[in-house]
Amino acid sequence: MKLLNHTLLYLSASLIFILSIWAVVFYFSMMDEVYDSIDDGLENYKMLIIKKASRDSTLLQKNRFDESNYAIRPIPRDIALQATEDFRDTSMYMEYDEDYEVVRMLTTYFSTPDEQYYELKIIASMVEGEDLLGDLLHALVWLYVAVIASAFIINNWVLRKIWRPFYRLQHELRGFKLGVDKTFNPPQTKVAEFKDMNDTVAELLRANIAVFQQQKQFLENASHELQTPLAIAINKLELLLEQSQGDDAQQLANAIHYLERMTRLNKSLLLLSKIENRQFAAEARIDFNARLQQQVADFSELLHYRHIDVEITDEAPLVRYFNPDLADVLITNLLKNAVVHNHDGGQIRIVVKADRFEIANTGAAQPLDAEKMFARFYRSSDSSTSTGLGLAVAKAIAQLHRAELTYRYGGGLHRFTFRLPS
Amino acid sequence: MKLLIVEDEKGLRDNIAQFLNKEQYIVEVAASFQAATEKISLYDYDCILLDVGLPDGNGLNLLRELKSKQKRDNVIIISAKDSLDDKLEGLELGADDYLTKPFHLAELNARIKAVLRRKALGGGNIVRLGNMQLDFDSRTLSVDSTEVHLNRKEFDILAFFVVNKNRLIYKSALAEHVWGDHMDNADNFDFIYSQIKNLRKKLKNHGANLEIQAIYGVGYKLTV
Repeated sequence: MKLLNHTLLYLSASLIFILSIWAVVFYFSMMDEVYDSIDDGLENYKMLIIKKASRDSTLLQKNRFDESNYAIRPIPRDIALQATEDFRDTSMYMEYDEDYEVVRMLTTYFSTPDEQYYELKIIASMVEGEDLLGDLLHALVWLYVAVIASAFIINNWVLRKIWRPFYRLQHELRGFKLGVDKTFNPPQTKVAEFKDMNDTVAELLRANIAVFQQQKQFLENASHELQTPLAIAINKLELLLEQSQGDDAQQLANAIHYLERMTRLNKSLLLLSKIENRQFAAEARIDFNARLQQQVADFSELLHYRHIDVEITDEAPLVRYFNPDLADVLITNLLKNAVVHNHDGGQIRIVVKADRFEIANTGAAQPLDAEKMFARFYRSSDSSTSTGLGLAVAKAIAQLHRAELTYRYGGGLHRFTFRLPS
Repeated sequence: MKLLIVEDEKGLRDNIAQFLNKEQYIVEVAASFQAATEKISLYDYDCILLDVGLPDGNGLNLLRELKSKQKRDNVIIISAKDSLDDKLEGLELGADDYLTKPFHLAELNARIKAVLRRKALGGGNIVRLGNMQLDFDSRTLSVDSTEVHLNRKEFDILAFFVVNKNRLIYKSALAEHVWGDHMDNADNFDFIYSQIKNLRKKLKNHGANLEIQAIYGVGYKLTV
């Protein structure tokens, strides 16, 4: 759920609660005010009627409400003296509504100068509680909707504005790749909290980049340092080999073989870290069609020996800017892979298109693990002498050039597709 | 022929010296930039094997000095760095070749011989062995003055054997020399054997008086 919707959710929930309480308080205080006002009116009316009655005694004969809103009737003195003034709600038949409606009635008592006692009833029409409540509820719902809607709009606008540095940081972080980007520049902001967050993130990434670089540098240095002792060991054994015969010579040759395997591993690791350290910056126009042809020619004796049939289809020229060394390593590794994992009398089909080339080969009858296949040191069981780094190197080369190297199995062929970005 | 090995690693220096002594070269060694500078200013060498990463100086500076003094010593750079930039820089400064550690001694031998051959005045880039003559410029072989047709790889194999004659050639040294990075799988040694069989047949048909001996599991040896 987005931050925006979160705020809105909390806001709408608390607003329901607040508005409900507010509505109850509002209702009661309004009713109180209404009663107060009506009762004041009735009180005023009472005084006017009593004053008028003292001047005009015909008023005292008006003992029915009829068209007016008061009625007077005489009562005995002792009852009048005991009675108290009283306001209450009652109902009365209304011609207009053709129904009984709630009215406010003041019942009071007064005496004329000639010691006659009267009971005076004055009515005033009342607001209907039920109607008021309905109206109030109605208004309340609309108010709620309006408040939420405006909150949504304001929130949307304000949040977007306030959180802009956050979204920018988020965007930057999403695009950040450890090992690819050498620095991280957080977006500039004046908001203290975001500034703090940006600085923290930048610091964290700086430390990470430094560790990553160190580690890569270490790998490169380590591989580098290994080259000389390997060279010495291999050469010593070669010298010894010249003086040995028979079984001894074979044992020595075997030892050299393993040292060479180690050398290859080491070279591949060195190459991998150099690729990842972006030490192959130089690019030139590379004609992939021609390079593929050339490399296939370089393999020709081996292909012939193993009766592997190669067919190259140039559907379109593929000429791009690419590092020349890496282009060769890429093609060599992919071709070598297609040869090594092939069977005698097998096939290799190469198709070059405008943005890609595909090298497809016969081999194992089932698809290989496309997930693990490009991982370092992944080896299919049938080859004990491969370094398990050839495809990892090819993948690294692809990534360096923002290209894709993918594997799929189709039509009985293992298909490796190298696709360059357009 | 007089050679100088400039290499700070004792093990490597000793290996190279021991190997080259058998080739009847006069071999001298220098273990540091300082020692090498002295030797170079005092003597002339036919070929200098120069390690770039010396503890007391960059080997490339030694090369610069050599060229500024108009010396004609051939230089083969030996480097632990396998980078095209370094290679190009070395070659631009006037080095004759560039070899990356680790290397096979037979490969080093071939490189030295190629450099010395090119240096030899008037003789052309030609090597004679028994009744055979290899022309490295036109990449052709003739036996008793009759040209034998060899394909590119067959010529490379034979040339490698010839420059390393009477020496044991370890199988992958041959594979690397001829096929480079394309051939680093042990399964492929059968294939190399088959290639040599073809070559042998051609040589035999033309009456070349040499023998390529296979040493099982180890490599080959050319004897005349």
